[in-house]
Amino acid sequence: MKILAIDTSNHPLSIALVEDQQMLCETTLNLTKNHSIFVMPTIDQLMKIAGWRPTDLDRIVVAKGPGSYTGVRIAVTTAKTLADTLDIDLVGVSSLEVVAAPIAQTEPDRPVVTIFNARRNNVFAGGYMAHDGKINTWLDQRHTSLDELVKEINQRGVQVYLVGEITDDFKQIIHDEVEPKLVKIVPQSLGIPSAYQLALIGENAEPVKQLDEFIPDYLCITEAEFNWQKKHPGESKESYVREV
Amino acid sequence: MAKRNLILAFESSCDETSVAVIEDGHKILSNIIATQIDSHKRFGGVVPEVASRHHIEQVTRCLNEALEEANVTYDDLTAVAVTYGPGLVGSLLVGVTAAKAVAWAHQLPLIPVNHMAGHIYAARFVSEFHFPQMALLVSGGHTEIVYIEDEYHFQILGETRDDAAGEAYDKIGRVLGVTYPAGKVIDDWAHEGNDTYHFPRAMEKENNFDFSFSGLKSAFINTVHNAEQRDDELNKYDLASSFQQSVVDVLAEKVMRALDQYPVDQLILAGGVAANAGLRDRLERDIETLHPQTTLIKAPLKLCGDNAAMIGAAGYVAYNHHILADMDLNAVPGLEL
Ligand SMILES: [Zn+2]
Repeated sequence: MKILAIDTSNHPLSIALVEDQQMLCETTLNLTKNHSIFVMPTIDQLMKIAGWRPTDLDRIVVAKGPGSYTGVRIAVTTAKTLADTLDIDLVGVSSLEVVAAPIAQTEPDRPVVTIFNARRNNVFAGGYMAHDGKINTWLDQRHTSLDELVKEINQRGVQVYLVGEITDDFKQIIHDEVEPKLVKIVPQSLGIPSAYQLALIGENAEPVKQLDEFIPDYLCITEAEFNWQKKHPGESKESYVREV
Repeated sequence: MAKRNLILAFESSCDETSVAVIEDGHKILSNIIATQIDSHKRFGGVVPEVASRHHIEQVTRCLNEALEEANVTYDDLTAVAVTYGPGLVGSLLVGVTAAKAVAWAHQLPLIPVNHMAGHIYAARFVSEFHFPQMALLVSGGHTEIVYIEDEYHFQILGETRDDAAGEAYDKIGRVLGVTYPAGKVIDDWAHEGNDTYHFPRAMEKENNFDFSFSGLKSAFINTVHNAEQRDDELNKYDLASSFQQSVVDVLAEKVMRALDQYPVDQLILAGGVAANAGLRDRLERDIETLHPQTTLIKAPLKLCGDNAAMIGAAGYVAYNHHILADMDLNAVPGLEL
């Protein structure tokens, strides 16, 4: 199976071509946030290196969020449109799981919690654990305050690996608030997403059934929507978009 | 059989997701438009992040419907055109990203189109173009007089220094309790009333082709607030009529003066506010009496708002001028003509 995998959920951009679990090539950039400029040229370059034509692809795997709204949208729009226009399978994988997966695989039966910075001391977080080579969800992905996450980890009382965007401020809070034996912070160098890992997760996953309906997992409604719903309880409609 | 010229066009610069298939630059085979207006109405205006989210919900559905309705396949296509600015960056990015994906997947040329050029080319569905031309572009985001000496050579003669005309309609609409977007209702009310308030005609007599609508907006709001304080009942039809008269006077006067200095074959009226009946009638009359040698081409009502058909029409001409983009094309929110 020839897979193109795309992750631009946060600062890094990672794109890989994978065939039958073997990585042919992968490019990871960590110096720009302008994913719009680099996604397609990178895909094009890797395809040329591999000698693949667009019509050779069997499946697109995309990190569908959470993360930067714009970043996730660029990956999902690219992946969704490519899958649609080439009439091939699309798989969406949690962007948090992509980062946790390699650590979870090397430390089976140990929870690995990925953290992305969501500003104002909020985080996107999700926990994963490998068992018998399969990755299961240990902590449902969520948008939460770091304080709440810390509480949750203390409550569960098992040692977790923390990986992802863990700023010095976060480290301080974790150091102060969590029982030291409950956390191990994974070095930053192991917290960069790899599209190869993404492809491996997506290779055996169930493809998206309704491609048109496929959207990012923002895990967060917009502020405007939140305020409106508060003022208009129970008024939300199924769809606010209509054809004219 | 000779290969057909078919352009697949994407437009997503604001709150409409649209995909169209255009043949030979002036035949609409399909023009699918999904509008988010009911969503943004809740907030009194377009919320960028909400708009971006709606675009990604709609983009492949519109694409598939456009191809199906046009009864063409990817193999039939000549090129892919897309709006890359001006507009809301998050909204633009969805269209640009989708267009790049389609162009790459089928190895088709990618044509970057300026949204304002697109608005001008909405008029191409009415008549062939003869140059030189002038265009009055009025919408929620823009108010511009453009001189087009030759095909696809745009020169902005004047533009708004503050609010766009459509923006002014929405702002005074809010004061009158009209939900966003207010243009259509104010236009209807204006026809029921008279210009009794004589609001200022900003920069009407100044020797340039620029516009300003903030003074008019303030005068309007002050009139309403002062009356409220005195418990006076104001006639909303007369208010709407007076406001519209001021806007139309300024637009028409400036354009007629621009035509004095730059005689042209055709004057194009386009953009969302070009659907305004008061403005359409006025320009028609003024052209007839003051510049009878110029033909007025009004964009069709259905194509005044944002749509991909106009992007396809402009894209066809851009393609003939070898204006092409690479896969690193990015959205340019502040793009100028
Ligand atoms: Zn427009």
